[in-house]
Amino acid sequence: MMLSKGLKRKREEEEVEEEKEALAVDTWWLDPGHPAVAQAPPAVASSSLFDLSVLKLHHSLRQSEPDLRHLVLVVNTLRRIQASMAPTAALPPVPSPPAAPGVADSLLASSDAALSASMASLLEDLSHIEGLSQAPQPLADEGPPGRPIGGAPPSLGTLDLLGPATSCLLDDGLEGLFEDIDTSMYDSELWAPDSEGLKPVPEDGSGKAEAPELDEAELDYLMDVLVGTQALERPSGPGR
Amino acid sequence: MAGAGGGGCPAGGNDLQWCFSQVKGAVDEDVAEADIISTVEFNYSGDLLATGDKGGRVVIFQREQENKSRPHSRGEYNVYSTFQSHEPEFDYLKSLEIEEKINKIRWLPQQNAAHFLLSTNDKTIKLWKISERDKRAEGYNLKDEDGRLRDPFRITALRVPILKPMDLMVEASPRRIFANAHTYHINSISVNSDHETYLSADDLRINLWHLEITDRSFNIVDIKPANMEELTEVITAAELHPLQCNVFVYSSSKGTVRLCDMRASALCDRHAKFFEEPEDPSSRSFFSEIISSISDVKFSHSGRYMMTRDYLSVKVWDLNMESRPVETHQVHEYLRGKLCSLYENDCVFDKFECCWNGPDSAIMTGSYNNFFRMFDRNTRRDVTLEASRESSRPRASLKPRRVCPGGRRKKDEISVDSLDFNKKILHTAWHPADNVIAVAATNNLYIFQDKVN
Repeated sequence: MMLSKGLKRKREEEEVEEEKEALAVDTWWLDPGHPAVAQAPPAVASSSLFDLSVLKLHHSLRQSEPDLRHLVLVVNTLRRIQASMAPTAALPPVPSPPAAPGVADSLLASSDAALSASMASLLEDLSHIEGLSQAPQPLADEGPPGRPIGGAPPSLGTLDLLGPATSCLLDDGLEGLFEDIDTSMYDSELWAPDSEGLKPVPEDGSGKAEAPELDEAELDYLMDVLVGTQALERPSGPGR
Repeated sequence: MAGAGGGGCPAGGNDLQWCFSQVKGAVDEDVAEADIISTVEFNYSGDLLATGDKGGRVVIFQREQENKSRPHSRGEYNVYSTFQSHEPEFDYLKSLEIEEKINKIRWLPQQNAAHFLLSTNDKTIKLWKISERDKRAEGYNLKDEDGRLRDPFRITALRVPILKPMDLMVEASPRRIFANAHTYHINSISVNSDHETYLSADDLRINLWHLEITDRSFNIVDIKPANMEELTEVITAAELHPLQCNVFVYSSSKGTVRLCDMRASALCDRHAKFFEEPEDPSSRSFFSEIISSISDVKFSHSGRYMMTRDYLSVKVWDLNMESRPVETHQVHEYLRGKLCSLYENDCVFDKFECCWNGPDSAIMTGSYNNFFRMFDRNTRRDVTLEASRESSRPRASLKPRRVCPGGRRKKDEISVDSLDFNKKILHTAWHPADNVIAVAATNNLYIFQDKVN
């Protein structure tokens, strides 16, 4: 991971270089009558802002437990920028974000299909995670009908997150950097390729993984393996 | 309202002069991450002041009583109790570390000699009892002073144990642990006016608990979409009404506040009131949503108003008017032209809190460069003050600060580009009755009082 961090830092430096140019025209997207607007060609600022947002989204997704607020705000901002960069001339300079489902498609159409697909399935996996972790929770059934805090039946989707959750990084061509790292954990049949939901270019373009249901016995076995694996591979430093 | 940092008239009433009182915390330039203060809260009487930090510790300060032999220490806060509230945890199932950082502390109203508070990290809420022990019983019949049991045959007479004074010992013990009810990160807890229940809110859900019951809670709000791909909004803060035990509000990342009535239905997914100010088209930008995201919501003590904090402003709302706030106070409008840089360095996601004074006549919130702002609602005046070691001589008056938005900088003004964005004041608290404020500046806690006090 040290290597990938170094790479990220380098890209951020490049980003900062671009941003230094952008700072001078920091106010361009204010009132079009603002004097600063005349200085900047809008397309340039927009593109670096788009790249910056994609970088932020990438960084947010890479966290072991993404900050949902940060993620949602960055995604919504990205959608705004995306919409404004659409070739349609009729669009107002800063359109309000369109309804969510339609925008997902335009996001996917962009060059960052891999990222948006993984983001989509990551958010989906978060819900699977919840189903699994809340299984032992006692249900609040009686008395005033508050909603019982039970989960959906656990599904294989969880494993996608527990597995190489950052496979989107590997698909960027950084795979070679990890050649000297022991990845035997990921070579077991549990991480069979067809169970992974984070493959970059899904056929139907929606990025969702179809997951078979697990029964109790399989689940127990998997948990034993996971706990055993964790005992072997306890991370030495904070991965926050 | 004045933007960059008002006139020299301090807020909170006429002739009110804020003075340095105390500062707690290390002086080192190198700040240990664990020492960063993450929450500050006075109790109901104001005699106790609690802080939580990123290392999961809670430190409680107690106000000194008036003491003739040490007149200058009247009103000083000194350490009363320190304890480790939360430890770092590892969730084996999700392969995730759970931070021990204390997100919020809320005191319970005092009902007996002991003090109770709720403290929470991202996942678990704990009820702590803080009690004093200043007496020790001596003269037991069945055991001697060492604690060893006496031979019953040797006991020939009975005596009544007597209480003898001992050095004050303050003990903190966890009385309840409310766990496993939040999948997402807890951002708020709020004690109900019935003193029996409280709510906890995470990014997508709000739960209602009974203080005596730890193995279940009732989910009262759930905004998680069936398909997570459709997620566009999260809950950012929640609070119960100070007087009506059936009413609470929660704010969102889209700058809206929903008021819910628990009498209407068990599941409060449908709000009773919806507070949102229409966007000003002239200031619309790519960052409009991010800067409208509400980072804190607080009811006034009277229960008539509520205050919301977004990135650039503080708004006061009348609960009877949903269409727009009754007051808008600009905290640091000079940052509007720097939003791109602030987005790039993530400062735009900083979550500032806000607070009311006792009479609800003034409000306070933090900013950057260790500045904090106070707004007097009656006089419409505001002031910018700084929490710094330089102006921390005992009872030294705080000098109002001014930020120069651009162009020619006047003497004593600070230009926007010189502001230190690493010095953020996110957490502040106002004594419930007196003009005493606590301001958390990274790892230091500043206490300021007015001169009259």
